[in-house]
Amino acid sequence: MTAEMIQSWSIALVGGVLIGAAAVWLMAAQGRIMGVSGILAGLLPPKPAGGGDRGWRIAFALGLIGGPLIVQAVTGASAIGAPVVSLPLLVVAGLLVGFGTVIGSGCTSGHGVCGLSRLSPRSLVATATFMVTGALTVLVVRHLI
Amino acid sequence: MLKLASGLITGLVFGAGLALAGMTDPAVVLGFLDVAGAWNPALAFVMGGAVIVTFIGFRVLRGRRHPLLGTGFSWPTASAIDLRLVGGAAIFGIGWGLAGYCPGPAIASLAGGRIEVAIFVAAMVAGMIAARFISAAPASASPTSASPAALKR
Repeated sequence: MTAEMIQSWSIALVGGVLIGAAAVWLMAAQGRIMGVSGILAGLLPPKPAGGGDRGWRIAFALGLIGGPLIVQAVTGASAIGAPVVSLPLLVVAGLLVGFGTVIGSGCTSGHGVCGLSRLSPRSLVATATFMVTGALTVLVVRHLI
Repeated sequence: MLKLASGLITGLVFGAGLALAGMTDPAVVLGFLDVAGAWNPALAFVMGGAVIVTFIGFRVLRGRRHPLLGTGFSWPTASAIDLRLVGGAAIFGIGWGLAGYCPGPAIASLAGGRIEVAIFVAAMVAGMIAARFISAAPASASPTSASPAALKR
């Protein structure tokens, strides 16, 4: 194992700790699960009954965009990579990600981080499912086509 | 006002975490999913770190009556493991494996100012709206029986 590998793993671990801290904070402060797809979808039509919580959802999304800019300002390194696939494929992938996360009630944050932390069997099944189909998709695209 | 600030702080910490974790670089994400190729396991540490912190934090919060800025905790109550859950997760996974973006990192990557990322996010939002209309369809047909599901969402 090279020093560079250890460094990238430890930075990844710090990133994970921050993600966990954000999830704990949102539950402690507002009693909400930090699921990005759920928070985002709550802003979209058709509107659910109740509502009135658009403000913090928008603030959350703005913060999400601001976070990498802070990392960039502090470290001086660009934290954001470029897309690696063509535009038509990005559109198809975007549609699938948006559609799938709403139908499946969650994504990597809601099911993967918060759900696994609650030891939810439902989230374990969802996380295992999207990990497997994600890996299979990469396998097909990179190695079989 | 406090909820706005809290939401912003959550987003900032989460977004900074995603950037440090490498989740805002689709090449890193696809490298993690590429188990048959040059597998890059770093994202397992991201997931591990996040789950350990959240597991401990949620345990502490379980005993509390109400959150700092609200009247109650919205712990998820759904437990059904059905076709909807598995099918939705499978569809999401395919999209994730195609482009290397899941919803959080996609939004966070808008900070890079690339038009392609904005197009991905627009497509993602369109997919979400489509799924929400499909999900809401039974509610308009029979409002009384479907309203609890609509409220939960």
